[in-house]
Amino acid sequence: MRSVKTLLATAALAVGFAGAAAAEDPTKVGFIFVGPVGDGGWTYEHNQGRLAVEDHFGDAVETVFQESVPEGADAERAITQMALAGADLIFTTSFGYMDPTLAVAAKFPDVKFEHATGYKQSDNVSVYSARFYEGRAVQGTIAGHMTKSNIVGYIASFPIPEVIRGINAAYIHAKKVNPDVQFKIIWAYTWFDPAKEADAAKALIEQGADVILQHTDSTAPQAAAQEAGNVITFGQASDMADYGPMPRVSSIIDNWSPYYIARTQAVIDGTWSSVSTWDGIGAGMVGIGDISDAVPAEVKAEAEALRDALAAGEYHAFTGPLTKQDGSAWLADGEVADDGTLAGMNFYVQGIDGEIPQ
Amino acid sequence: MNLDQINPILLIASLMVAATPILLAAIGETVVEKAGVLNLGVEGMMITGAVVGFAIGVNSGSPALGFVGAAIAGAALSMLFGVLVLYLLSNQVATGLGLTLFGLGLSALIGKPYEGMKVPTLAKWDIPLLSDIPVLGPILFQHDPMVYVSIGLIMAVWYVLKSTRAGLILRAVGENHDAAHALGYKVIRVRLMAIAFGGACAGLGGAYISLVRVPQWVEGMTAGAGWIALAIVVFASWRPWRVLLGAYLFGGITVLQLNLQAAGVPIPVEYLSMSPYVITILVLVLISTRGKHGAPGSLGRIFHASH
Repeated sequence: MRSVKTLLATAALAVGFAGAAAAEDPTKVGFIFVGPVGDGGWTYEHNQGRLAVEDHFGDAVETVFQESVPEGADAERAITQMALAGADLIFTTSFGYMDPTLAVAAKFPDVKFEHATGYKQSDNVSVYSARFYEGRAVQGTIAGHMTKSNIVGYIASFPIPEVIRGINAAYIHAKKVNPDVQFKIIWAYTWFDPAKEADAAKALIEQGADVILQHTDSTAPQAAAQEAGNVITFGQASDMADYGPMPRVSSIIDNWSPYYIARTQAVIDGTWSSVSTWDGIGAGMVGIGDISDAVPAEVKAEAEALRDALAAGEYHAFTGPLTKQDGSAWLADGEVADDGTLAGMNFYVQGIDGEIPQ
Repeated sequence: MNLDQINPILLIASLMVAATPILLAAIGETVVEKAGVLNLGVEGMMITGAVVGFAIGVNSGSPALGFVGAAIAGAALSMLFGVLVLYLLSNQVATGLGLTLFGLGLSALIGKPYEGMKVPTLAKWDIPLLSDIPVLGPILFQHDPMVYVSIGLIMAVWYVLKSTRAGLILRAVGENHDAAHALGYKVIRVRLMAIAFGGACAGLGGAYISLVRVPQWVEGMTAGAGWIALAIVVFASWRPWRVLLGAYLFGGITVLQLNLQAAGVPIPVEYLSMSPYVITILVLVLISTRGKHGAPGSLGRIFHASH
C-alpha cells in the first residue's frame, strides 16, 4: 500500500515537472555549419558562440546544430528541416547559404534567420559579418616585415568580395612596410579540405613563399609550414595556438558569442528585427591573437599600434591614395572606402599579379 | 607567367609524396585483379585505413604503429568482401561498391572524436651522403620511409608475379580458375590471400594521407583516391612498373596544377582542377581502342568448384 502511495506521489511530481517544463518552453536556436565543429577554425568558433549561448541562458534556451552542410541545394533541405523541427532562430554560418536561407525564410515567416557574411536581407533574415579585413591589415604588416624572400603565399577560398577584401587589405599593408613584396595566390575553391590546403601550402612554399596567409578553415597549412621549418603562418578564424610560437605568429579570431547572445535575447524578448551588422576589432567581433616571440619586438609594437588605431576608428584599412589593379584611380589621398564598395569588392588593388577568377 | 619559379627538383620530390597513397592502393589492387577478383571497395578500405591509422597514431604516439593498424584494418575489411564473393558467391561489382559505401560510413563514425586533432607524423629520412647528391639527392633520398616502402612493394610484386612459383600460381588462378582448380591449386585460398594483401595495401595508402600528407583526420578525406587507383591498374595493363608510372603521373598533375596557379599561369583554374580526371579518362579510352588490355581471363568471374 505504501509503495502504491509512493508511486502515485512520484507520478504526481513527474506530471508537475512536465507541466512546468511545458510552460517554460525553451527558445530553440539552430546553427548550420559548413565544416565540422572540430575544424579548429571557422566552424569551431561559431560553435564556441553556440556554447556561449547555452552557457548564458541555461535551460531557457535549447540549441541544435548540423555540421558539414554543403553549400547549395542540400543546405536548403538542412535549414528547412531545422525550421520544421521547431527552431525559433536559425544562424546559417557560411556565405553560400545566402539564397537557401532566403528561400527557407520565405516559407517560415515566424522563424527568425541570421545569415553570416551575406548581403541579402528580408523581414525575417538579418545579416551579420565581421570586418576581417582589419585583421588582414595587421597580418599584412607582420608579413611584410617578416618575409625574407619577399614572397607571401595566400591560400584563397572562393572569389567572393569577402576573400578579395582580405587579399587587398593584406597586400596594401605588406607593401607599405616592404615595397618589394609579392603575393602568390592559389584559389582552392573550398572552405575546408585539409588535403588540398596542405598541397596548396606546399606548392607556395616550394615557390619561395616564407609567409603563408590562408582564407581556408583547416590547420593543414599550419602543419605544412611547420614541416617546412622557416615559414610563418597566421591562425585563421580561430587562434590555432597549437601551432605557435612558430609557424603561427598571430591570428585573426572570430568572436561571435556576444552577437549570438544578444540576438537570442532579442528573440526571447520579442524585440528581434532584421538588421545588418558589420563589426570589427573595435566592437570585439574580430580579435587579433597573441603575436608570438618569433616576431621582433618593434614589428610586434607596430602591428599592435595598427590594431589599436583600427579599433579606435582612427585609421581605416582602406585609406587612399589607392589605385585599382587596372590602373584606374580608386581612392584619393586620405579618402576612405565606403562600405558599399567594400561589400561588393571585385577587383585587386594595383601591384597584385594575376586575375580574379570569374 | 613565371614558369622558372617552379623548381623542378622540388616538384618531382613532392609529386612522389602526393602519388604515394594512390601507388600503395593501386599495387594492392593489381595483385587482387591478377588473382581474378575485381574489388571496387578500394576507396572504402583506404578511408578505413586512414581513420584507424590516425586513431592509433594519436593514441599511441607512434605513426609506425598507426600504419600497422591501418594495414590490419584494411585487410580485415577486405575479408568481409572476400567471404561474400568467394564463399557466398555474391556479385563482385555490387559487393565492392557496397564495401566502399560501408567503409565511408564506418570511418566517419570512428573518426568523429578525432576531428581537428594533431598527430605525430613520420620524420623524413635524411640519408647521409646520398641525400647530398645534387638533383638526385632531394628527389630520391630525402623522403619519409613510406615512400621507399611503396617503391619496394612495387619491386616485390613485380618479382613475385614474374619469377616465383607463388606468382605463377596466382596468375594461373586469375587467368583460368577452372584450369587452376583442375591442377589442384586452392583457388579460394589464393584469392583470399590476394584480397587480404590488397586490403592491407589500401589501408596503408589511406593512412599515408591521414598520417603524413595532410596530416589530419577529416571525414571523406581520401576524396576519390581509391577510384583513381582502380583506374591506374587498368591504365597500367596490370603491370607493376606501369602502376608506378601511372601513379606518379597522376600525383604529378595535382601538384603541378597548384604550382602553375601559384606561378600565375593564366589558364582558368577550372581546367587545371579537372585535368587529372580528363587525362585518366583519355588514357583509358586510348588503351581500350588499342583492344589489347592484358586483363586476367577470369577477372570478375565467380568461381565454384562444382561448375
